[in-house]
Amino acid sequence: MTALNASIHILLALLLPPVLLGVINKTKAAIGGRVGPPVLQAWFDIIKLMHKGSVFSTTTTWVFRAGPVVGFVTAVGAALFVPLGNHAPPLSFTGDLVLFAYLLGLGRFFTIAAALDTGSAFEGMGGAREATFSSLAEPALFFSMLVLARMSGSLSLGSMLGPAVGGMWSAAGASLVLVVVSLFIVLLAENCRIPFDDPNTHLELTMIHEVMVLDHSGPAFGLILWGAAVKLFVFGALVVRIVMPFDGDPWAGWGIFIAGQLAVAVTVGLVESVMARLRLLQIPSLLVAACLLSAFGIILLAR
Amino acid sequence: MSLTTQFATLYNGVAAPRSLLPRLDFAAFRENILQGVARDWRVAALFALPAPGGHDLVAILAADDDGLMHALRTAVTGDSFPSLTAECPQLHLFEREIAELWGLKPEGHPWLKPVRFQKPLRPGLDLTPPRPGVVDWYQVKGDEIHEVAVGPVHAGVIEPGAFRFQCHGEHVFHLEISLGYQHRGVERAMLHGPLKRHIHLMETLAGDTTVGHTTAYCQNMEALGNGRAPARAHALRGIALELERLANHTGDLGALAGDVGFLPTMSFCGRLRGDWLNLTAQLCGSRFGRGMIRPGGVGFDAEPGRTYDMALKVEAALKDVSGAAELLWNTPSVMARFEDTGLVTRQTAEELGLVGPAARACGIERDARCNFPSGIWQFAQIPAATWTSGDVFARAWVRWLEIQRSAGFIREQLHSLPAGPVRAACGPPAADRIVVSLVEGWRGEICHVALTDGEGKFAAYKVVDPSFHNWTGLAMALRDQQISDFPLCNKSFNLSYCGHDL
Repeated sequence: MTALNASIHILLALLLPPVLLGVINKTKAAIGGRVGPPVLQAWFDIIKLMHKGSVFSTTTTWVFRAGPVVGFVTAVGAALFVPLGNHAPPLSFTGDLVLFAYLLGLGRFFTIAAALDTGSAFEGMGGAREATFSSLAEPALFFSMLVLARMSGSLSLGSMLGPAVGGMWSAAGASLVLVVVSLFIVLLAENCRIPFDDPNTHLELTMIHEVMVLDHSGPAFGLILWGAAVKLFVFGALVVRIVMPFDGDPWAGWGIFIAGQLAVAVTVGLVESVMARLRLLQIPSLLVAACLLSAFGIILLAR
Repeated sequence: MSLTTQFATLYNGVAAPRSLLPRLDFAAFRENILQGVARDWRVAALFALPAPGGHDLVAILAADDDGLMHALRTAVTGDSFPSLTAECPQLHLFEREIAELWGLKPEGHPWLKPVRFQKPLRPGLDLTPPRPGVVDWYQVKGDEIHEVAVGPVHAGVIEPGAFRFQCHGEHVFHLEISLGYQHRGVERAMLHGPLKRHIHLMETLAGDTTVGHTTAYCQNMEALGNGRAPARAHALRGIALELERLANHTGDLGALAGDVGFLPTMSFCGRLRGDWLNLTAQLCGSRFGRGMIRPGGVGFDAEPGRTYDMALKVEAALKDVSGAAELLWNTPSVMARFEDTGLVTRQTAEELGLVGPAARACGIERDARCNFPSGIWQFAQIPAATWTSGDVFARAWVRWLEIQRSAGFIREQLHSLPAGPVRAACGPPAADRIVVSLVEGWRGEICHVALTDGEGKFAAYKVVDPSFHNWTGLAMALRDQQISDFPLCNKSFNLSYCGHDL
């Protein structure tokens, strides 16, 4: 049973993420009165890119090639620590939340390093923005984790987001609401969604994440797209497990988890449809607000 | 020194004998320009043409307050003349253009760089221009300064132009713009004209301003050839001109929304721009108004059934655009991005001689339809739409005000089209004439100056697209802004590359 669950977990973490991108785009298209690309478009793009050749600038080194690979592997690695549905994650140990956070950090580090490796003014600018904003998003993530850790009395994501969450809602619902909002803001920031970044823009001067990967092509770029989708999936999983802490039938658990992820994608699509991007200068304020929200969550617990 | 006697006074679209132009000595020429600018006249055009024993410089000053134009000229005998740019910044590009085309160096010009990287017009002057973009870029030095080069090939499907930012982190100290990649040699091709194909050159001077540029050209041809376009033709020209404005302003509102990632208005306006273009197509068969404006009148008439149908469609489209625009103004996150971004002060706008929505967004009432009425504008009034804040919001808001007024104008005209023919005969140009036409295109004032020689051929045909005045305004708008706001500022100006490059 464990092996079966682990297989489903891994398959889900690999196959579902690009579909979420499709759902976001479908939502945006529906609100804009358009038909929009097919839900599987991100998959089509990734498959297409995997069949293409790559171009590597002669000024780049191995760091440039390592960026997409490390970014993808770390995102998938992080996904192995998060429970999806009513099941223990494939990997779990006490304190794994730190590894979880820094797996994502490692991926980010390599993405930025690969961007700097090109020596392009654009990519350096994107790297600087990514480093600045993620350093503000990280405390928000950790404060949220602290709330969950204190309530569950565990330092492992498996039990923090496991069956215990249902009980937490009745014990300290207010803290959890704050954590959910904070995590959702971090989700938007870490995955370069509006209001932080516009994943659809072609304007390189306004980009944060996209501008760092301008020089990647072919399979490497496909891996980047896939890895970014997995990262969205991972943050979505955190939110889904808190909002929908289902602990009944294991098979229904998978179904409810998938439905929850699709709901998160629709919510992201709605947010992107009703508001404009923030001015770059104001992004730190929103991230600090996310930190404060989760910090208040801790204060509410400690009273 | 009495000023008024030193100028030849010209009216918009009315030819005058070339001999009326006073030929002043350079000191008087300079003094007159500076004094004119000091009393809020603008330099609509400054250009050179060959004259016996050297070259003539001709300046056209436009007085917004009384709707008159004042022309003056001076002779330049050597290969240089003292630059006026330091005292009158709006001349800077004109002087650079003269240097490039005629090898006449404006001595003391603070920023003497090529404009279009074109070959000189002056016979015998064999200069190979540098390749476009190969200029001595302005640089800021310092440990933490970095330079960002954008273009000439851009990410979107747009025209080429090179931008160079001097930045400290995200903060822009200076933006330099170098164009010329779209240069086709229109003014060179117009010399010794008019030829039959010139109307097509005018239609494609700036593809999105077909009606504006063609109207200016036809007005010149009618003035020179003593042709009078019938009243019905003037009304149809006005309708075509305003449809062009509606299509582009609507598209701009959508593009501004797109640049800040606000999808609803972007999607709506993208479609609605097509509705306006289709109305133009209903008028003349071309979505961009090609074939509509012709010397002596218009190429196509509209029978009553069609005008009735068009009036209904104008109402429907305006209703939809209102919905999309209201959504924009009522969304706080959009307003937060528009307000205080890309500020141009009124003083800067006046010094640079900005035109069109960019000038009106700084509170300057400058609109050739009001200030220099010709054709239908002598009968129908459209008030100049202004706003005072000079930021991206102001430029968007002025567009929205103009959309409402233009739609109202079209509605009015479609219901009361004068009867009669739509085209009259237009003879060949008279000899030794000068004529200036100002037309308020959607981007701003379009200025066409034609001078004929003793045989009625063009001795010079000068085109000044509104972009020629306004590109420097964009560079100034970026001062002390965030580099990430550049696309938004750029879109709020939405200038033409080919209109500048000619």
